[in-house]
Amino acid sequence: MKELRFAFKNTVPIFFTYLFIGIAFGILMSDAGYSVLLTTASSFFIYAGSMQLVMVPMMTSGASLLSLAVMAFFVNARHLFYGIGFIEKFRKMGWRYPYMILTLTDETYSVLCSVKYDEGVDEDKAAFLISMLNHLYWIFGSFIGACAGRFLQFDMRGIEFSATALFLVVVVNQWRRYRTRLPFLTAMVCALGFYLLLGKEYFLIPTLVSCLAALLFLRKPVEEREGMADE
Amino acid sequence: MNNAMYPIAVIGVVAAVTWALRAFPFLLFGNRPLPKVIRYLGKALPPAIMTILVIYCLRDTAFSQPPYGIQELAACALVVILQVTRKNMYLSIVAGTVCYMILIRIM
Repeated sequence: MKELRFAFKNTVPIFFTYLFIGIAFGILMSDAGYSVLLTTASSFFIYAGSMQLVMVPMMTSGASLLSLAVMAFFVNARHLFYGIGFIEKFRKMGWRYPYMILTLTDETYSVLCSVKYDEGVDEDKAAFLISMLNHLYWIFGSFIGACAGRFLQFDMRGIEFSATALFLVVVVNQWRRYRTRLPFLTAMVCALGFYLLLGKEYFLIPTLVSCLAALLFLRKPVEEREGMADE
Repeated sequence: MNNAMYPIAVIGVVAAVTWALRAFPFLLFGNRPLPKVIRYLGKALPPAIMTILVIYCLRDTAFSQPPYGIQELAACALVVILQVTRKNMYLSIVAGTVCYMILIRIM
């Protein structure tokens, strides 16, 4: 119970983000004529917001499975990088291990990156509940959108900014915790450089790849500043 | 492919690709002692990825035409200032989002 309360407390911002984007996805699906079951199933199994939103118009236009697979690869390729920081943590989690891996979304990643476990909270249990609650918010949101989307008339434009705000909060917290500024600055240089060079549609993957390469190159100074060399 | 099967196949394919991407680092390193360089990346990558995600979230901002992304930048500034001074993530996120929602309606 203690863990559940802790997990809920740490996922409140995601609750609002996922509910909102989930509802948007549900409305899109029901407008395209797909059933509530299909909508809920895709949120349960796929659980990747931007890809699910992209998928709907592709489905209605009858895109080939190959083109959907390629699209899914590029939209979600950033997930290739998320696991790297969590291999050791998740490995110790027994039966929860596969679930933790498959539900590592942007938002879950950012919460797990920044969460500080309270005294007396079982860390593995809490981490699992954080992942599970986020997954449930997402499924719940799409279910609501699919069932009742047309009756919801609130103007919630702009609430998607809560995801940006969450990521920014995590960066601020990391900025305080890390002694080196190199990962932040490297990421900024790579992202802005490729944004200006390639434009908003294509800059993400080159940014991630070049940033990974740059950080490998900067290993010595980063390790020295973080005091990792003697570990 | 008949019409009833097509959406199910789509969900299967998209889920399979997404799961494979998420599982890849674990499949690669999951059962062996971690190479030192991966342990290093586990420490150095998260702040870089989060920084990139923030910029990625702001990619649709129209910086080149009025109001030059002032709404996004003001809301981001509020989030940072609140998080630095008050250290309360709910306050930062709620205030930043409300600020953004108001600004896009009045500007």
